[in-house]
Amino acid sequence: MADALARLAPYRAVLASRMRSQRSYRANFALDLVGAVLVGLMEFTEIWVLFHAVEGIGGFTFTQMLLVFGIADLAFSLADLVVGHCDALPTYVRAGTLDVFFLRPQPVLLQLVTSDISLRRLARATVGLAALAAGLVLNDIAWDVRSVSLLAIALGCGFVMFASLFVTAAGLQFFLVNGAEMTNAFVYGGRYAATQPASVWPRVVAVVFGFLFPMAFAAYLPVTALLEMPGAPWLPSWLGWCAPLAAAWSVTLALLCWRWGVRHYQGAGG
Amino acid sequence: MIIETTGLTREFRVREGLRRRTVRAVDELSLAVTAGESVGYIGANGAGKSTTIKMLVGILVPTAGEVRTCGLRPVQDRRDLARRVGVVFGQRSQLWWDLPVGESFEILATIHGLRDGEARARSAELVELLEIGDYLATPVRQVSLGQRMRAEVAAALLHRPELLILDEPTIGLDVLSKQRLREFLVTQRREHGTTLLLTTHDMGDIERLCDRVLVVDHGRLAYDGSLDGLARTVGARRVLVVDLAAPAADLVGLPDATHIRSEGGGLRQHLAFDAESTTAARLLFAVSERAEVRDLSIEEPEIEDVVRSIYAASR
Repeated sequence: MADALARLAPYRAVLASRMRSQRSYRANFALDLVGAVLVGLMEFTEIWVLFHAVEGIGGFTFTQMLLVFGIADLAFSLADLVVGHCDALPTYVRAGTLDVFFLRPQPVLLQLVTSDISLRRLARATVGLAALAAGLVLNDIAWDVRSVSLLAIALGCGFVMFASLFVTAAGLQFFLVNGAEMTNAFVYGGRYAATQPASVWPRVVAVVFGFLFPMAFAAYLPVTALLEMPGAPWLPSWLGWCAPLAAAWSVTLALLCWRWGVRHYQGAGG
Repeated sequence: MIIETTGLTREFRVREGLRRRTVRAVDELSLAVTAGESVGYIGANGAGKSTTIKMLVGILVPTAGEVRTCGLRPVQDRRDLARRVGVVFGQRSQLWWDLPVGESFEILATIHGLRDGEARARSAELVELLEIGDYLATPVRQVSLGQRMRAEVAAALLHRPELLILDEPTIGLDVLSKQRLREFLVTQRREHGTTLLLTTHDMGDIERLCDRVLVVDHGRLAYDGSLDGLARTVGARRVLVVDLAAPAADLVGLPDATHIRSEGGGLRQHLAFDAESTTAARLLFAVSERAEVRDLSIEEPEIEDVVRSIYAASR
């Protein structure tokens, strides 16, 4: 136990210093918080407006959608809070920070993940949390072990899947020139896909975000299982219980990409 | 051997418009450095110095060849190696720009798993030797370049590495800061037996700090030996500068000497001579037979010129 704590000490020391420094710029921090909430609200408004125009989408009513959006958005915001800075890898490379990570006796990826934390993204998470809370109240959910564990699985695995998506993006950016453009398509496209019912996805999207980057497992499938809904053609609702498998696949893919990327690292020049 | 490479090679794929080209930054480099040595690793920009260093510490994976640093394989054993090597990159920072210098040291001590007492003692020692005390509480972004470099060196030495690698440590420093840093490094090496490997464009660094020079050119080793030997190899000449009592015609045709240039209409003349075939005294005698000498000085070979002629010769 003491040994494990000692091994975590380096990461704790860095993270603590990052939080201190963010709080020391109070005005900036407050503005960032407000900005983050506004972005979250905008994304939510988009869905609200959509449902104002139509009765339901993909067999989902607005209140049911609240659950999908809430789970996906909350999981994404938390993943963004913890590992979101990883997809800014080129910035780390240019600044030489990545080279410095190689000179320290900790795994490079763990150092990258713990090198920063954006507390303002906590505010972003409140939008997802509010949507989720509303969804849980407005839908008719039988509160038992089954539903609670489904919800916990969905949030936990969603977090892991989004975090993996960020790491995958970071790994790919080692050798994609202007890789951010492309990886953003997956990271933010993935987030967007996860907040929509998978039953309306075209087939290509269903393959990419259903299985390759299994975003359907982050919120849509667990919600169909939770509400005992039928699911989509390729994605039956019982798959909602398989979110841990999807999460494990995401992690594997992310670590492979990262490893591959590090081996192809060309250095920061100079 | 603290550093040993055999046939070490690294290629980069670079884009040129639509085409891709492979560039060999380090080309079958074989070198060995014994523990306790102090080695200057010099070469033009793009000669492969930084690439070599990055392979020595496990940042870059070699395309081919073998490399051992402290007896370890840098890529596979990177984390063990990190505990035994200290690296200072002159153009990037180990410190956190928004934290006070001292706080950066504390975090680094934790990162290297130093015990509290040990960390405090070592940090205090380095702060005193490198004269960091005055700005220990100042955020890194507010200290001068010279101050920051001293802090970087302290940061790289906190965990008492047996090998210290410095990539352009004196770049941009003023004379005094350079001087202090060099003195510290000499002491550090004498007292702890730390092996030094440094790249630099400043020949003063090499003269003061290194007893061995490696010259790299186009990724290949062009010279390995002492600094004096380097000057001898390329036949670098000393230059006698004479101030004459009255303007005179260019002093050409002197034995074993070449007239380089004249200033002030022939009042001051530069004469190059080969130290192995004649002496300054003999040359001065030859000059005074033709003109009255009022003052003189002797310029030693510029090491930068020496290195330049090595490049020219190996091309």
